[in-house]
Amino acid sequence: MEYTFLQQYWWAIISLLGALLVFLMFVQGGQSLIGYVSKNDTERTMIVNVLGRKWELTFTTLVTFGGAFFASFPLFYSTSFGGAYYVWMAILLVFVIQAVAYEYRSKAGNFLGRKTYDAFLMINGLAAPFLIGAAVGTFFTGANFTVDFARIGNYAAGENIISQWESPWRGLEALTDARNWALGFALIFLTRTLGALYIINSVDDDAVVERCRRVIWLAAPAFVVLLLIFLFTAVFGIFTSPIFLAMLLVGVLLVVWGLFITLFKGNKRGIWSVGAGTVVAVFTLLLYVGYTGSYYPSLVDSASSLTIYNSSSSEYTLTAMSYVSLGIPFVVAYIWWAWWVMNRKKMTKEEVENDGEHLY
Amino acid sequence: MEDFNSVVDWSRAMFALTAIYHYLFVPLTLGLSFIIAFMETKYVRCGDEKWKRMTKFWMKLFGVNFAIGVATGLILEFEFGTNWSNYSYFVGDIFGAPLAIEGIFAFFIESTFIAIMFFGWNKVGKKTHLTATWMTAFGASLSALWILVANAWMQSPVGMEFNPATARNEMVDFWAVLFSPVAMNKFFHTVTSAFMLSGVFVMGVSAWFLLKGRESWLAQKSMKIGAIFGLVSTLLVMFTGDGSAVQVSKVQPMKLAAMEGLYEGKTNAALSIVPGVEIPSGLSFLAYRDADAYVAGINDMVEEAPYRMEAGRVAIDLFAQYKDAQRVGDTEAMNEIAEIFKDEEFKKEYFANFGYGYLNSPEDIVPPVGLTYWSFRVMVGLGMWIFLLFIVSLWYNRGGRLERIPRLWLYLFLWAIPLAYIASQAGWVVAEVGRQPWTIQGLLPTVAAVSRVEASSVEITFWLFAVLFTVLLIADVTILSKQIKKGPSDN
Repeated sequence: MEYTFLQQYWWAIISLLGALLVFLMFVQGGQSLIGYVSKNDTERTMIVNVLGRKWELTFTTLVTFGGAFFASFPLFYSTSFGGAYYVWMAILLVFVIQAVAYEYRSKAGNFLGRKTYDAFLMINGLAAPFLIGAAVGTFFTGANFTVDFARIGNYAAGENIISQWESPWRGLEALTDARNWALGFALIFLTRTLGALYIINSVDDDAVVERCRRVIWLAAPAFVVLLLIFLFTAVFGIFTSPIFLAMLLVGVLLVVWGLFITLFKGNKRGIWSVGAGTVVAVFTLLLYVGYTGSYYPSLVDSASSLTIYNSSSSEYTLTAMSYVSLGIPFVVAYIWWAWWVMNRKKMTKEEVENDGEHLY
Repeated sequence: MEDFNSVVDWSRAMFALTAIYHYLFVPLTLGLSFIIAFMETKYVRCGDEKWKRMTKFWMKLFGVNFAIGVATGLILEFEFGTNWSNYSYFVGDIFGAPLAIEGIFAFFIESTFIAIMFFGWNKVGKKTHLTATWMTAFGASLSALWILVANAWMQSPVGMEFNPATARNEMVDFWAVLFSPVAMNKFFHTVTSAFMLSGVFVMGVSAWFLLKGRESWLAQKSMKIGAIFGLVSTLLVMFTGDGSAVQVSKVQPMKLAAMEGLYEGKTNAALSIVPGVEIPSGLSFLAYRDADAYVAGINDMVEEAPYRMEAGRVAIDLFAQYKDAQRVGDTEAMNEIAEIFKDEEFKKEYFANFGYGYLNSPEDIVPPVGLTYWSFRVMVGLGMWIFLLFIVSLWYNRGGRLERIPRLWLYLFLWAIPLAYIASQAGWVVAEVGRQPWTIQGLLPTVAAVSRVEASSVEITFWLFAVLFTVLLIADVTILSKQIKKGPSDN
């Protein structure tokens, strides 16, 4: 296979994983809604438990996204993670507190008390989409780094580090660009919309479902407005590229259709259409930024900007990893099967009240 | 310069902190998942609800421990980028692959089937549920395989070639990376030691129930399963531990010398048990299967280091020349240099010492000897003690005579739980402290591997995570003890 084909292929896989991650962050969106859509302990337990059965899927996707990015574009890994230090550390922090929150919140002896763990879920629910959104925003808006391979040839301590960050704010300076805020908040509202749709699909309780619909009435339009602001200010080129624009429109139509049947037809399966639309749209955006120029532009030295061609792994490694990628459909298949098995019956109040079996 | 050393120190502290915390939770996940799978298999075969109740009890403990293992694991993966930026570029072409494979295959198996294992009792059939439990156990060990392949590669870099055009090492043989003898040994040694720890955990908790006179049937059966599983694992740990020593002598002679506190090299080197007590020619035999073999000492290697530093700088300078040629567009010189990097002789004499070129003084190659020496003895000593406890437990358990076991033994079983954790941590101290200063043996020392972050930034994140992990550890331990005290539930 051609080297450039492999690089594009792996960028497509990274884009797909990123897109799936955004969809799966319905868990985060759901967490941010717990206090609003539940009015008593039973309802709260119900919602926490339908989300709690999926959090690991999102978490694993994040880990895999990181691992796959490392394997296929190691220069991004070393440049961005080692540079925008505070941003990535903050992202890690909000995921660490999430991982224990479900399992510990209702257990005796949990040391911090249930309220603290519920606060962890809330923090993760808002901060994770915002931070990831803002960080991905810099794929389009740029970051402050330089890359110089020649540094390796210098053996004085501290002088041989290839990637350097040129801002003492270590990534936090991305917050001086309003466009990154726009994408961060867009992601908050998107995940809230998805979270509400997921709860509608998984909980058999009219009152909760009604409150979720109300959430969507606010969150979905807010998302659309913020996304449009971001697209017009940071990704304008996509409007002049027919193929990408067409793909984006497919995503948008799926999202709109899902929202329509949820809000006007009383349909409870809107998550699937909106989810598919989200995946298509995010996939398109990431694909676009990788295939047209630099996916991680440097604001201080354009020669340092990362493209999928100057930052990828070697041809050998990408080939080996491509064989590995043939296994992905099997992985998706058993995840799908497990989802179907676990969610075919909706969660009810009775289940929460009568079945104490490993509830969060 | 002073400032830069503290960047290196804080980055090492940060990584050590997360690795140590992570490994407090991993071994129990690895082993207990299999123990649970055995118990559930028994339940599915005989249909006796007592077995189901027992499975569920241990599963509850598994869940508490699993969550925090996941939380601490996430940081480790990303820390290669955040704190070891140069490392992750210099060898990312090789090192990234096992991490990605771990995510794509192992983690998804674990996280998908664990949901069925916990919440699927009433949603899927008995056999499907059992399959899910086995898949969770299998997934956990599979993830251990890939991360240990990655770790082993750092200790013994194989299957790659340096490419001056990209300024990094590039994979040329995936199978050499996967099936490197160091990797295979490390995997089996680590996983079986994790099984051993889990055996101790189950045996100790069961002993507590017997001491309290509660859950007699469950405790006796569990103890038997834990002890058999543990005993078999211990034998494998010994076997693979011996194999590890042979590998270390081949690829990391300095680590071996530090493990033994051997300063002057000699033939018929003795194996130190503790200072003053030794087995004549034991080390020579252990490392080389030959009592007369010569074992190099720390001082010998320090003496040799200046030559290696010189050779390393030749390789680094050659790379710098390549970059100069590239700057002026001299493709002929570039091709010539690229060929030199492919030369087998050059690889062995010069490139293998690439990392030495970044060192300041020959003494930099010596790891903390005392810590390595004593950790090794703590690991082996506690391992032996635990081996004895498994045998005692099984001796009293023959024909169901566990009621007559002296209470002292039950206390010893219980107290063995923290000892097993200390032993497994000590093992990692030997492996990781003993290989300092290398992030990649011979090729990249910590001083050239870090990210160019201010020491204060790393210090902030260090304390942040130190406090967070400590708080979560306290929560984990108190929840576990409450769950144990509550015992199995009866609904």
